[in-house]
Amino acid sequence: MDAIVVDELRKRYGNVQALEGVSFAVRAGEVFGLLGPNGAGKSTTVKVLATLTKPDAGRAEVAGHDVVREPNAVRRAIGYVPQSSGVDRDATGRENLMLQGRVQGMSGRALETRVAELLDLLGLARSADRVVRGYSGGMKRRLDVGLGLVHRPQVLFLDEPTTGLDPEARASMWEELERLAEGESLTILLTTHYMEEADELADRLAIVSRGRVIVEGTPEQLKQSLRGEAVEVELADGRAAEAEAVVSGLEGVFEASIEGRRLHSRVASGARAIPFILSALEAEGIGVEAVTTHRPSLDDVYLHYTGREFAAEDEQGRAGDSGEDGRR
Amino acid sequence: MSVAVRHTWFMVGRQLRNLMREPIWIALLLVQPMVWLLLYGQLFKRVTHLPGGGFGTTSYITFLAPAIVIMNAFFGATWSGMAMISDLDRDVLPRFLATPVSRISLVVSQIVRSALIAVIQGAIILLVSITLGVRVHTAVLGWVVVLLAAALMNSAFAGLSQGIALLVRKEATMIAIANFIGLPLFFLSSTLISIRQIPHWMQIAAKFNPVNWGVIAAREVVLPGTDWNSVGLHLALLFALSVATAAFATWTFRAYQRTI
Repeated sequence: MDAIVVDELRKRYGNVQALEGVSFAVRAGEVFGLLGPNGAGKSTTVKVLATLTKPDAGRAEVAGHDVVREPNAVRRAIGYVPQSSGVDRDATGRENLMLQGRVQGMSGRALETRVAELLDLLGLARSADRVVRGYSGGMKRRLDVGLGLVHRPQVLFLDEPTTGLDPEARASMWEELERLAEGESLTILLTTHYMEEADELADRLAIVSRGRVIVEGTPEQLKQSLRGEAVEVELADGRAAEAEAVVSGLEGVFEASIEGRRLHSRVASGARAIPFILSALEAEGIGVEAVTTHRPSLDDVYLHYTGREFAAEDEQGRAGDSGEDGRR
Repeated sequence: MSVAVRHTWFMVGRQLRNLMREPIWIALLLVQPMVWLLLYGQLFKRVTHLPGGGFGTTSYITFLAPAIVIMNAFFGATWSGMAMISDLDRDVLPRFLATPVSRISLVVSQIVRSALIAVIQGAIILLVSITLGVRVHTAVLGWVVVLLAAALMNSAFAGLSQGIALLVRKEATMIAIANFIGLPLFFLSSTLISIRQIPHWMQIAAKFNPVNWGVIAAREVVLPGTDWNSVGLHLALLFALSVATAAFATWTFRAYQRTI
């Protein structure tokens, strides 16, 4: 059964088309990742699914309920962990959890027990009665997750769960989330712009770019869909177009593309192809600064399907933060 | 409806708990009204002897005390939107909006919290006034009316303040607007001086000034010769205004939701 069905969602903010027809489906019990650079439309998608905003067109169902027609049924079935912490910093961790439980219709003993259980589970038991203002970034983030889980939702939305955390806190958050996904028999939809995070956590993922889903599959499937290995050549001078023409003509090179001064190519075997690539470039008098080869990563998958480099796109999305991700 | 009331109660509880954690704030917020009462009240104590009168008492502090309760409730209200902006800035609202929480409770709880604080402070100001020799002519009923007037005064402008907060969503703009509204309405009233002593055009303006409505209602019950019709009318006017501004705040909340 599908826990989330998203069908051709469109959403426009002013003159920014945040979603241009997003479609995907998430099976019950799986961890599904929406991977994409800043500004791709991930947060907007989650906001529509969490009933915070209405789509201009398209349809979405969460836990069997339509997000526009039955918003309260959806709200009871979901937990939403926003990108920026939504905790009340002037209250204690326990008070935050109790209040969240109450507005979800819980009360009395059942609520108290559940809150104590979550505080334990998230390693916050000892700080439960301290004001959140004094929590570390990682503790605050874990409390955010706890707020999403109080009422034992069927579906949990995690919008950029580890953004702003240091590497150590991120790693422990990953462990935490993996444990939760198993222990609480949840369906989790998480958005991220960290390739490693999607790779590590998601059973399946959809790559989102500029308001559309570009490709969907397990991380393994996506990487295997790119045959062979990636070779990247950093050119010494600006003769990029020539370099691309030279390399794409070589035997054993499946594809080559240019991004600034970097030449990306995919080959059957990196170790065997590099000498050929270098000598072909040298023969044309094209200088080379550095060469690397690696197994296909999700970066390469992104590049392959969008023709754009993930990091550059991410940077651009942040600089021109035209809306959605940083929006309130 | 019962859900809205229950959720409002939860949300007010949240705000009062946070406030009680730092009760020093209630005291700090009382500094200003105390300065008016203790210093200004002494400074101008001879003002009741002005020819033309109209003070209804020779004790200026008795004339002033109920008005200071109202003034305090009014200024508190103009700032009450700051708490909403802080919730907006910290993304507390979006988190709640993904739950079945009653939408209206998110707005109304802010107004109720603000009015409750005005009542607590009003009671403290009255207590201090009593020690200074102020006598509430209508006794216990008078206390109730003064505090009710303070609650209505506050909620009338708290609704407006919440609405403005939801529209501007910026602290600096909010501060500018609060000052812009606060001082003129304060001075265009009989808070500090008998209505008979102020220029004619100001007397007319004061008639339409909600701050003056609150001052009249509160002062009538403190001074002898209470005109209960006037008390009832002015409380009713404040109540109507409270309903209107609460509706305005709710409407702006919907406008805010559309921007998410």
